[in-house]
Amino acid sequence: MTEISADGPRAAAPRTVLEGAWRLADFWAISYRRTWKGSVISSFVEPLLYVVAMGVLLGGFVDASDDSLEGAGSYLAFVAPGLLAAHSMTTVFGEASYPVLGKIIWDKAYFSMVASPLGIGSVVLAHVGFMLLRVAVSGAVFTAVMALFGVYAGVGGALGAWLVQVLIGAAFATPLYAYAVSLKTDVGFAPVFRLGMIPMFLFSGAFFPVANLPVPLEVAARFTPLWHGVDLTRMLSLGTFEPLATLVHLAFLTAFAVVGWHLSVRQLTRRMMT
Amino acid sequence: MSAELMISARGVRKSFGEVEAVRGIDVSVQRGEAFGFLGPNGAGKSSTMRMISAVSPVSAGELRILGLDPATDGPEIRARIGVCPQEDTLDTELNVRENLYVYGRYFGLPRREVRARVDELLEFAQLTEKATTVVDHLSGGMKRRLTIARSLINRPEILILDEPTTGLDPQARHVIWDRLFRLKQQGVTLILTTHYMDEAEQLTDRLVVMDKGRIAAEGSPLGLIEQFSTREVAELRFGVGQHEALAEQVRDLAKRVEVLPDRLLMYSDDGESVVAGVHERGLTPLVTLVRRATLEDVFLRLTGRTLVD
Repeated sequence: MTEISADGPRAAAPRTVLEGAWRLADFWAISYRRTWKGSVISSFVEPLLYVVAMGVLLGGFVDASDDSLEGAGSYLAFVAPGLLAAHSMTTVFGEASYPVLGKIIWDKAYFSMVASPLGIGSVVLAHVGFMLLRVAVSGAVFTAVMALFGVYAGVGGALGAWLVQVLIGAAFATPLYAYAVSLKTDVGFAPVFRLGMIPMFLFSGAFFPVANLPVPLEVAARFTPLWHGVDLTRMLSLGTFEPLATLVHLAFLTAFAVVGWHLSVRQLTRRMMT
Repeated sequence: MSAELMISARGVRKSFGEVEAVRGIDVSVQRGEAFGFLGPNGAGKSSTMRMISAVSPVSAGELRILGLDPATDGPEIRARIGVCPQEDTLDTELNVRENLYVYGRYFGLPRREVRARVDELLEFAQLTEKATTVVDHLSGGMKRRLTIARSLINRPEILILDEPTTGLDPQARHVIWDRLFRLKQQGVTLILTTHYMDEAEQLTDRLVVMDKGRIAAEGSPLGLIEQFSTREVAELRFGVGQHEALAEQVRDLAKRVEVLPDRLLMYSDDGESVVAGVHERGLTPLVTLVRRATLEDVFLRLTGRTLVD
């Protein structure tokens, strides 16, 4: 057969951003099938190692009152929700950096996407959606490990803590995405990891209460999205839930995600539709 | 409907900051035509192709594709055209079939329909045996065929090809020309850019010669050759550095003489008699060749430069 037929259903433009993003689901599924092996260790084994090393083994040396641990009954119970939130953050840093820029400068997959009827919003939504799915899956494994160690106060809290990981992921994913698609080369990522991710990981309340920091640093820590994520995860996990603080956390994280979304669409449009 | 206008450009310009890549072009392409943009690198061909592909807004002028305005109907236009970019944008980690399949899904086609079209296109592109090969392991010609096959997944009304055979060996080029010719016979409107004059002559009904962002001439390949060149060209090669001086001695033998660094091109309707005349004057070129005039000669005449530097 050397002719192509001319009948059959017609291609069409997607009616919504969501419909367009859904058309990319097969791309992301097939791509992930090629690369999932590399992500197994970070998604499934790391949580267990962290909880054992930090919570159980290091925590065995920590003899602190419930008050100084923000209401947690043990250092394990204090640190495990912090680790969960921090793990969601590091997962997103990995996914929203090199792999995003790579879709423009290395495998150029974005170019074939925008040559089709898909809009920029759909391209961003599908890629960010893929990242959040990764966060949700690794968060579920983390949550299961924590449940095994008896960290959670109740089932509802465990479920809530797991769900907010997706919001934490979104709060990091969209601003990072906007940054990644603005870069010409990948040298711009190292400073973001060194000066952004690692200090946040260490000092945003995952391992110790931010009240232990000198006041200026404590204030700075409270303005990082990770602190809001850590505190929210911890309150839900331990059942020390405060309505006002919860609202502030949700609003802060949502604001990051929404502003980041708009920047992402604008920056990718500038990059691809010139 | 007679003479349906697939593409219409009026005074279209494209600037990137201070640089004006396209400086006001007028183009009309009818349904079923094979239309070419011929020009050297940097002539503005690729910028034009990106505008016609509805991924690059025009800076000025009016552009209509399938009667639609790319500024407002980009997705609708892109659903109905096929684009084969200059640089392959295949996913190198996926295999041949997967590349076609995921791309088909972008167009909102049902999975079953995409699978059926993928099989058909694998045949068309002679890649059925390579269906499960990872793209990274394909030859340049195969990648090109795959990119063309992919651009056909939505059964486009217009197929846009930016330098479809650049960088391929002659055999691979002929395979692609054959496939494109079949598409043309099926009524697909072809728009292609090339800096190979033989490609333009083989494939296009009508073309424009672009130079420095403008259209220098428009017509059919033969029409342009008749208009801007003689029927034949005698190419004479002398010793290094002698061409400029010798040109003066033989200028009257031809209608026109072009001096290139390595040879003289003498334009005449009878090339052999020009060569005979040169010999009669006691000059013995190291190499002589009489050939039919090509679009390369048209381009040289229009711009004073050769196409492939």
